[in-house]
Amino acid sequence: MKRRNFVDIFLGGSLLATIAAFVYPVVRYVLPSRSGGGGVQNSVTAAKAGELPPNTARVFKFGSSTAILVNTPEGKLVALSAVCTHLTCTVRFDAETGTLFCPCHNGRFDLGGNVLSGPPPRPLETYAVEVSGADVIVSRES
Amino acid sequence: MAAKIGQSVWKFLDERFLLSGLIAFGKKKTVPEHRRSFWYFFGGICLFLTGIQIATGIMLLLYYTPSVDAAHESIQFIMGVVKFGWLIRSVHSWTANILVGLLFVHMFSTFFLKAYRKPRELTWVTGFLLLVIFMAFGFSGYLLPWNELSYNATRVGTDIAGSLPFIGHWLKTFILGGAEVSQATLSRFFWFHVAILPLAALALIGIHILLVQTLGMSKPIGERNTKEIPFFPDFLYKDALGWTLMLVLIGVLCVFLPWEIGPKADPLASTPLGIKPEWYFTFMFTTLKLVPAHILSIEGEKLAILAFMTGGLLWLLVPFLDKRAGREKRSPVFTWIGAALALYIAIMTILTYTVPKL
Repeated sequence: MKRRNFVDIFLGGSLLATIAAFVYPVVRYVLPSRSGGGGVQNSVTAAKAGELPPNTARVFKFGSSTAILVNTPEGKLVALSAVCTHLTCTVRFDAETGTLFCPCHNGRFDLGGNVLSGPPPRPLETYAVEVSGADVIVSRES
Repeated sequence: MAAKIGQSVWKFLDERFLLSGLIAFGKKKTVPEHRRSFWYFFGGICLFLTGIQIATGIMLLLYYTPSVDAAHESIQFIMGVVKFGWLIRSVHSWTANILVGLLFVHMFSTFFLKAYRKPRELTWVTGFLLLVIFMAFGFSGYLLPWNELSYNATRVGTDIAGSLPFIGHWLKTFILGGAEVSQATLSRFFWFHVAILPLAALALIGIHILLVQTLGMSKPIGERNTKEIPFFPDFLYKDALGWTLMLVLIGVLCVFLPWEIGPKADPLASTPLGIKPEWYFTFMFTTLKLVPAHILSIEGEKLAILAFMTGGLLWLLVPFLDKRAGREKRSPVFTWIGAALALYIAIMTILTYTVPKL
């Protein structure tokens, strides 16, 4: 290798390494940190027993997401993911029809999570509900 | 005496900044005058409104706090306590909406006059990128008051980005600063809104104006009228009239319809009924409502988003696709495509407000 070529490669390589040394910390700084996700939560106390009147619902935090607990007119407690499978808006309970409605793009689900109408491509995830003493425990179905 | 002082000051500045050269350039520069030259004014008006946004944005920074616990409260403080705070914020919000509307008018008028044809391809490309940047300004600025509507609009908007093939998940996480809309998202949107987007916009505006100055205004294909008027002062005076009318319009809107704050965002609340994004996103919003859940076993929403992306790319490349206009020949096919697109955007936008249960 000629001395001139060696110097070219050496200087070019140094320049690239210098640029990388500046760019890498900037890119890592801008990208969000992976820590702090909180992991997957398998069960949560969603409400106190008897707190929810019949034909009403409440949204609660479940892990890093949200879920909805519905007390049907018959007094049965049902829990589902509150995140619409279309574009992630939080669904709301429509007491008149006894369904879950997403106001963003008019998606509608039954209390089994199945899509009744609108653009949602998948059903809502359903969760197990158990009344344990004074607490309503919602857990992921295995 | 005053005239003598004025002359001395002028001479002092002229010797240092070569101002007479600039004025000579302005007087030498001419603008074509014909029956469709009215559309030339929209570029200048958009630039003027951008100036208003920079000025009012800088003023809002004095009191705004980019934190989920304080953002909404700081906007309430600006609107209710700070003297003329309601005016500054309303001017910023109203101007943002008018600006995006006029950018659409400017873009479509340029399109129908085929001003994108050779050698002005890059003027079109930078102009389209500026529209995208200003829509990003609108999207990022919408979240900053941390209210119910903006919170949900951000969830939907970022999920659209998340639906993109291959890079979707990464892009959504990057924009949100995590898995969901949180403090990290507000910090990032603030960062985009006041630092990254303004830098990008100023660079692109610089290139856009440089191209307009270098190449001059485009005349419509087949325009025989050769009349031209000096840029300074004739065209500038007419432009200034447009700016004044805009100021009056913004002033009236701010006084009679001050911009709302809305209820504070609650991540644990169901999405409110009747939610919709800013009007300039509603044509996409309503399309996503109408698209069926599955088309040929592909999720309809993903297909629609892909169609919008492809459409945007083709629109960006129009100067290179419309070969006839490049040869100074009429290209009615492109005119019809543009008219269909404008009609589609108008119909979908109107439907959003007139048939919300669509």
